Amino acid sequence: METITDTINAVTWHMACNVDDIPEDGGGCAFIGGRQIAIYNFTRRGEWYATDNQCPHRQQMALSRGMIGSQAEEPKVACPFHKKTFSLQTGQCLNDDEYRINTFPVMVKENRVYIGL
Amino acid sequence: MKTISNTRIVVVGNGMVGYKFCEKLLSRKKDGQDFTITVFGEEPRAAYDRVHLSEFFAGKTADDLSMAGAEWYAENGIRLFLSDPVVDIDRDEKLVRSHHGHIVYYDYLVMATGSGAFVPSIPGVEKDGVFVYRTIEDLELIQAYARKARRGAVLGGGLLGLEAAKALLDLGLEEAHVVEFAPRLMPRQIDDAGSRMLQSQLESLGLQIHLNKSTQEIKGDDRIEGMQFADNSFLDVDMLVISAGIRPRDEVAKIAGLETHPRGGIVVNNQLQTSDPSIFAIGECALAHHMIYGLIAPGYEMADVVATMLTGGEKEFLPYDMSTKLKLIGTDVASFGDPFVEEPACRTIRYENKAKGIYKRINVSTDGKTLLGGILVGEAEQYNMLLQTCKNKTILPPDSEDLILGSRGGEEAGAGVMSLPDDALICSCEAVTKGMICHEVGENGHHTVYALKKCCKAGTGCGGCIPMVKDLIAGVMKEKGVYVRNVVCEHFDYSRQELLDLVKMNGLRTYGAVLDHHGKGDGCEVCKPLVSSILASLWNENILEKDRAVAQDSNDRYLANIQKGGTYSVVPRIPGGEITPEKLIVIGQVAQKYNLYTKITGGQRIDLFGAHLGDLPDIWEELIDAGFESGHAYGKSLRTVKSCVGSTWCRFGVQDSVSFAIEVEDRYKGLRSPHKLKSAVSGCVRECAEAQSKDFGIIATDKGWNLFVCGNGGAKPQHAQLLAGDVDKETCIRLIDRFLMFYIKTADPLTRTATWLNKMEGGMNYLKAVVVDDVLGIAQELERDMQNLIDVYKCEWREVVESPELRKRFTHFVNTPIKDPSITFAEMRDQKRATEWV
Repeated sequence: METITDTINAVTWHMACNVDDIPEDGGGCAFIGGRQIAIYNFTRRGEWYATDNQCPHRQQMALSRGMIGSQAEEPKVACPFHKKTFSLQTGQCLNDDEYRINTFPVMVKENRVYIGL
Repeated sequence: MKTISNTRIVVVGNGMVGYKFCEKLLSRKKDGQDFTITVFGEEPRAAYDRVHLSEFFAGKTADDLSMAGAEWYAENGIRLFLSDPVVDIDRDEKLVRSHHGHIVYYDYLVMATGSGAFVPSIPGVEKDGVFVYRTIEDLELIQAYARKARRGAVLGGGLLGLEAAKALLDLGLEEAHVVEFAPRLMPRQIDDAGSRMLQSQLESLGLQIHLNKSTQEIKGDDRIEGMQFADNSFLDVDMLVISAGIRPRDEVAKIAGLETHPRGGIVVNNQLQTSDPSIFAIGECALAHHMIYGLIAPGYEMADVVATMLTGGEKEFLPYDMSTKLKLIGTDVASFGDPFVEEPACRTIRYENKAKGIYKRINVSTDGKTLLGGILVGEAEQYNMLLQTCKNKTILPPDSEDLILGSRGGEEAGAGVMSLPDDALICSCEAVTKGMICHEVGENGHHTVYALKKCCKAGTGCGGCIPMVKDLIAGVMKEKGVYVRNVVCEHFDYSRQELLDLVKMNGLRTYGAVLDHHGKGDGCEVCKPLVSSILASLWNENILEKDRAVAQDSNDRYLANIQKGGTYSVVPRIPGGEITPEKLIVIGQVAQKYNLYTKITGGQRIDLFGAHLGDLPDIWEELIDAGFESGHAYGKSLRTVKSCVGSTWCRFGVQDSVSFAIEVEDRYKGLRSPHKLKSAVSGCVRECAEAQSKDFGIIATDKGWNLFVCGNGGAKPQHAQLLAGDVDKETCIRLIDRFLMFYIKTADPLTRTATWLNKMEGGMNYLKAVVVDDVLGIAQELERDMQNLIDVYKCEWREVVESPELRKRFTHFVNTPIKDPSITFAEMRDQKRATEWV
């Protein structure tokens, strides 16, 4: 798998997919080094986000299939199973204090999507 | 009260009140206070909800009734010993000894031993087939014995006795008798007239009531065969449940030399201290103010008093109001204040309606200014208001009969819940006042019952106050000038109905367009499926095309039902439940090939579980080749039209119900609506297809068809009501067209037809006027709109299978064709099942 090492920010950028592999205003899941990463193409905001694919509530690999949207200004994703919603910026669960997911930086370059791990 | 840095507390008894004491103590604990809590319980399970014990027979499990699992005690550092009652208390050494020999020292001891069933000393009570009604174990014994019994009786016509009698009927006994010593039922709560009304209601349900009966002997050899009464009459029964009252559990207290009352109960002072100041007693084992408080609310209050004092606060247990309201076998019964005070000490107003089974009585002070108490049987909607009016000594309106009769002309009687003083107790289980609720709503922004339950526990006990809590929320919001409109969410300032009209008027066909025109922000998981449903109901275009896929809810997004573990289930349409052997074989082959679990559904179809996301298009390709279509089991849409076999085979059938069911299902398949739609057609009045439990159901008559609407099963079953009788097929279809379209256009989101009707002003009469008599003049438009949807129907799975563009989204990973490696299955009865989630 193609990777780019960014020594300044101490991340390694992993090539995940092409831009059109992720539906507009939706998500998709990439398998990167044995990890499942959910990638969101938030076209309405002109932003890309990436998080764990696993929802911590029932350990289901499903967040990439969730609906995205916003709560006030905060971009969020809703788990398809029980509608726990998570901030795409911080990973904090917005309707249950107990949960939080990891978020990852996304870089889009020449029609390719890279995730920083 | 003195608190030391680490206080050792032993709680004797793990019932509801013992549990509540632990909970209150933990929540009242202040910084620097440290408690070592040990709880001994006699029963094998941790505290459970005994108030709703009868629901065990209605299918609730011991787990459902549990107050908190063993892990709760562990998490909070509480040592819990079950099946291990305390047998001795050494007050000099300040230690308890348990049945299993555990010895635990205490600084404070809390007796919460509760009560046992009072068993009168009638000869023969020891015989087989005689039970008490107190614990889950008792209920299990009753359940087992009832299997071979035919006639059962309950000794005691109080609240618990009547519930036990209903349970006997539910367990399938042919006869259920209630035997009461007093001349009336529920003698502590209601008067003779109320008892007569309740009795006639209960008799209509099949209970047989015997009053003024003193039981002399229980007859039979080893097992009960009958009851002999003092008046020489005899009742033939083969099982008996004794529910003749409670007896406080004070045995250990007696052994320890604490002061107890000759008729039972551990004597306590206003601080709930026993004759030993280090020992408290709470709940039904305690005798406070010369009485045993046999209700849950005062028990919780006692728990709070002791918890408050042990955490350094001050609180007294005051004489507690014993007002109650309960639903007894479907009949409301309530009494409050002083229900029995007689003239001339008061003015009594009575209302009796035998046809409806309603009896109401209020006792008003002689000056007509305040309410002293009352009784409600058959209808108790006004209970909360009356109770508060009584407790707060609110000045009554001049026509005090309006309180129970409702105002005839003019405004509602009383000024409603907002007129109560701030200290009016709304939730008596958790001692939450009106002021506290209004503060949470007004100042802290808790606008839902759920939020209030979380922040102040209002409504978490018996739940009886929830209607008042809702009224308070609405009242505070209104006072603050917030017009409570039923808007979709923060992104759309419209109701569903308004939005549907706007989308239709402007011809919008994608979620993005609707958000751009009528919304703000980026949408969310509430408005996306709602708008998607509107778009489908208006235009019936493929729900995954354009931007619509990402605006669909979990199941619609992949046209399948997401299940535990992240796999999906597949339900092909089997109209009317009729299927050829060839098609059955294909379903079997597909299930074998893709390793799917198969199960017959409640709607006469076959569900195939455990399909990987990536396999869905291939599975459907094979099903479609064999002539199947999508069953829309994943959508808020028409599911299935069940049928009985009807006149083609059945010797009773009067019409061909299968053919009509298939015709109806084919007509409305793919129709999306505010919630799922279920239907059925029965071939005769025997109603084997259960059409009266459906959103629309059709039952054959010898002259045509009866059309029923707005029924549902589910958590709150409701029977459908007759919309039109003896109509021909064409008329029946036309009426269904209008009915469904009217529902689609006017219902709130996620509202089944039954709830829609319940909220509709004018109810069934209005619905009939619109659908059958066309008083609004919209019938033609409704029929036309329905026809347009039917004309453009296409099987959405066929469209996906045939479109490479749509098909490529059906993969778990975007960068590799492998399936989700985290999915695992377990085995069960020669098939697979989803692995239990953690």
